[in-house]
Amino acid sequence: MLEATDITVRLGRREILHGVDFRARPGELTAIVGPNGSGKTTLLRALTGDLSQDGRVRLNGQDLSSLRPWVLAGLRGVLPQATPLAFPFTVAEVVRLGLMGGIEAAEADLVPKALARVGLAGFEGSYFQELSGGEQQRVQLARVLAQVWRPTANGCPHWLFLDEPVSSLDIGHQLQVMRVARDYADQGGGVVTVMHDLNLTAMFADRVTLLAEGRVLAQGTPADVFRDEALSRAYRCPIRVNTPPEGGTYLLPHAAGQVAAE
Amino acid sequence: MVVISPDTAAAWDRALLARRTTVLLALVLLTVAACSLTTGAAGTSPWTVLADLLAGREVTVADRVVLFEIRLPRLAMGALVGASLAVSGAVMQGLFRNPLADPGLVGVSAGAGLGAISAIVLGGFLPAGLAAALGYYAVPVAAFLGGWASTLVLYGIATRRGRTSVATMLLGGIALGALAGALSGILVYMADDAQLRDLTFWGLGSLAGATWTKLAAAAPLMCLALLYAPTLARGLNGLALGEAAAFHIGIPVQRLKTVAILTVAGATGAAVAVSGGIGFIGIVVPHLLRLATGPDHRYLLVNAALLGAALLILADVIARIVIAPAELPIGIVTAVLGGPVFLWILLRQRGVLDL
Repeated sequence: MLEATDITVRLGRREILHGVDFRARPGELTAIVGPNGSGKTTLLRALTGDLSQDGRVRLNGQDLSSLRPWVLAGLRGVLPQATPLAFPFTVAEVVRLGLMGGIEAAEADLVPKALARVGLAGFEGSYFQELSGGEQQRVQLARVLAQVWRPTANGCPHWLFLDEPVSSLDIGHQLQVMRVARDYADQGGGVVTVMHDLNLTAMFADRVTLLAEGRVLAQGTPADVFRDEALSRAYRCPIRVNTPPEGGTYLLPHAAGQVAAE
Repeated sequence: MVVISPDTAAAWDRALLARRTTVLLALVLLTVAACSLTTGAAGTSPWTVLADLLAGREVTVADRVVLFEIRLPRLAMGALVGASLAVSGAVMQGLFRNPLADPGLVGVSAGAGLGAISAIVLGGFLPAGLAAALGYYAVPVAAFLGGWASTLVLYGIATRRGRTSVATMLLGGIALGALAGALSGILVYMADDAQLRDLTFWGLGSLAGATWTKLAAAAPLMCLALLYAPTLARGLNGLALGEAAAFHIGIPVQRLKTVAILTVAGATGAAVAVSGGIGFIGIVVPHLLRLATGPDHRYLLVNAALLGAALLILADVIARIVIAPAELPIGIVTAVLGGPVFLWILLRQRGVLDL
């Protein structure tokens, strides 16, 4: 269980988050959505222990601030939006950086397994810096997966925190990465991901937190949160949620003029 | 199920290559060290002297002095200074996530130099008890403090929100170096005749003045930094992903940075204190090794120490040979060898650096 209560974050003189409460359960994929600048990434960074904040974050019942970095690294992996790499490491060497905690080091073939999981089998010897942006993003995901390879260990769930994991990917790889996250949750791990794409969120998420201007606007299942009125207010643009008879949900913005005409 | 044969695994695994390089470099270091012992203005042969000593035969005082009081301390000093400069370069590049970070280039050596000069010129103002306690260690310790202060300031200038800017680092380093140089100039201006003599000897930038006393004063700091550096390897590897991701994979980033900065300051400070400014070792050695065996700091730091030691001893041998029986300052030799290599690195990195 991941519980955050009354999270307030100030960066410089600006207050980014104002008393946010957030919960995520293992076995579920929890998405954080909201317009640009609503505090999604800041909330994720508070949950991963990157920021000092007012309020309390508890991961698997333990206070986040009481966990040493290497202990925390055994519980949760984090995929940032972009990870620049300083030196010419190979793909395999980058993925192996995720194993530094030594937690999963016993599994020798974890590097090729993690790469195969993100569709990059055989890329072990390539130089990371020579890959395309989308490939680099998936190598980083493989590194994060290798770090917390088993979704649970001794009944204790592991967690994936993903910051816009599909933002630089084509539609096929978007689905692939979301399926990896979905599987992780289905096998008992916890997944918390910042999302821009509302349709993918509707497709894959169990629970959604909608942020706007540093506050929680709505929280619940996608069906609860994705309503025309709440989304339109959060994104300041008219959005229509469609649920066709054949199943599924898709969201479309529509021109303001049409709203007026209706 | 695809079975990965050892051969395909080795194709991306540069660890084996790096370990073989360690063995090779150790052999090279031994060879170069032997050359250094046999080279010099006096025609002493270390092997004859050793054989005579072992056989209990008489050895002339001159031969004994040349071997044990001149060549041996000089060899030890060259090895320690070369290893220290190369390792502090590698650690600094890992810390700044940048292949151009070098103590000499970004003002850390200048800061250490300012510390050393302060100790020589202002040492008289220290409380008598403290001065006595420091003794020979005053200059290396002051150089360490100067190097430490300038590394701290530089990291503060160049790093914002866990990202390091190359341009800010280089420009900040120029400013720091200029400032340290100016302050050093003021101190030199204030110095009396005896101090000026000390300063001149210190500033020669050479291994020629190596004595066991001088070595004993600086060696503890250098050895400490050299022995401690390999423990930073995993952390520096993680730091290549940036500070945030390094924390995510379990590295205590703040502590790593503190210790890395202390290591750089210790190694650079002590090296500068005994040998003045010797450039380019810190940038050329790690770069060549990264090209050959990859950037993994677990091997890079050890190999850098070996190659740095071997290169500086070799430079010293060259400095003694080219205009024998006189000798060139070793700083000139490393600059002639290192300058072009540095330019080559710069040209190769031009696209990546985005300056």
